[in-house]
Amino acid sequence: MLRVDIEKQLGEFSLHASFASEGRAIGLFGASGAGKTSLVNMIAGLLRPDRGTIVIDGETVDDSAAGIHVPTWRRRIGYVFQDARLFPHLTVAQNLDYGRRMNRLPPDASQHKRIVDLLDIGALLDRRPGKLSGGERQRVALGRALLSKPRLLLLDEPLGALDEGRKLEILPYLVRLRDEANVPMVYVSHDAAELRQLATQIVLLKQGRVTSFGGVKVLT
Amino acid sequence: MSDLSPAEWTAILLSLRVAIIATLVATPFGIALAWLLARRDFWGKSLLDAVVHLPLVLPPVVTGYLLLLTFGRRGLVGGFLADYLGIVFSFRWTGAALACGVMAFPLLVRPMRLSIEAIDRRLEQAAETLGAAPWKVFFTVTLPLALPGVLAGMVLGFAKAIGEFGATITFVSNIPGETQTISSAIYSLIQTPDGDAAAGRLVIVSIVLALGALIAAEWFARRATARLHGN
Repeated sequence: MLRVDIEKQLGEFSLHASFASEGRAIGLFGASGAGKTSLVNMIAGLLRPDRGTIVIDGETVDDSAAGIHVPTWRRRIGYVFQDARLFPHLTVAQNLDYGRRMNRLPPDASQHKRIVDLLDIGALLDRRPGKLSGGERQRVALGRALLSKPRLLLLDEPLGALDEGRKLEILPYLVRLRDEANVPMVYVSHDAAELRQLATQIVLLKQGRVTSFGGVKVLT
Repeated sequence: MSDLSPAEWTAILLSLRVAIIATLVATPFGIALAWLLARRDFWGKSLLDAVVHLPLVLPPVVTGYLLLLTFGRRGLVGGFLADYLGIVFSFRWTGAALACGVMAFPLLVRPMRLSIEAIDRRLEQAAETLGAAPWKVFFTVTLPLALPGVLAGMVLGFAKAIGEFGATITFVSNIPGETQTISSAIYSLIQTPDGDAAAGRLVIVSIVLALGALIAAEWFARRATARLHGN
């Protein structure tokens, strides 16, 4: 599903990560500054590795030796950022529809309804992002990423900006997503408890290096 | 306003035509340049920035003279355009529009550039992850979010263009009905005995137009802020 073997120098910080996973929910665990976001940005194509390869679902999207670097917009990934990043000039409905329009996909009413129901955002469709709570924003961002029909969903600390109460509000949606949406995901977090609930496999990142890889047990 | 004479109306309508054409033609260039200055780093960027601002600080008569040298009938560009495309600038209203456009350009670009700089680039990244090619990101995210700034730049540019005097009169002279804008009409009137009343009326017209434009620009700027906050 996902194969990563990259090197990247970012100022003083060097990132050297290698793992391959067929898991449905890969948890990327590490303290802040371990290189988690840089790694996810490389999978997304927002950052180009100095050396190495990235393979998503059998397609090589990065290969420094062969000079391959597929641009972000052609990678068919979904990315949920910590800070939602909804488009402020569009309504929730238009935000949800954005990926489908950009990828020129035909409207898919049943999938739309399924995801809107799954995330419980039906009542928000006519609103602007400025009028949403943090938790609502994050649910809409999830829906927006899913509705672009990605082959891989990247979630970079999607609960990081929320308080404890809100986290507990969103977590069940993420679990349902993992079990029902049928999109493999990479879930980044520095919270072991979160990952125990969500991830099926863990990549442990410490100061730019993968120190362990395996089942949820490595979190102990 | 009903006691404006036909000659005064001619000057006002000509000014409006010149300023509107100048603004509309300058806008796409202004947006492209604003984006370039806000989003790209390249060799010679500060030089380009300085050249764009030059009409703001040069004596207008110098800008007008340079336009005459370049776009006049015997000018390098003017000669080519006249011979091959049939576009003539010298002593025509089109020349007035060119002069006004050049003079207004720095004022037009500035709000556009600021509004593009104020856009969170992470929103553009988000658009890319959703499958939008760079040009689609520009038209669906960058430009709509910058729109109030773009309109504010257009309004400011328009206000500057409608009042332009020095470069215009140097480049295309002061021909009633062809190149005599409000400003050059006022200039002629105050040199004519008994011209005071007519000059006064045109002065009031220019104050009203300028004030209206400034208020509109301010309103657009406030809209821009609201838009970026998603309200």
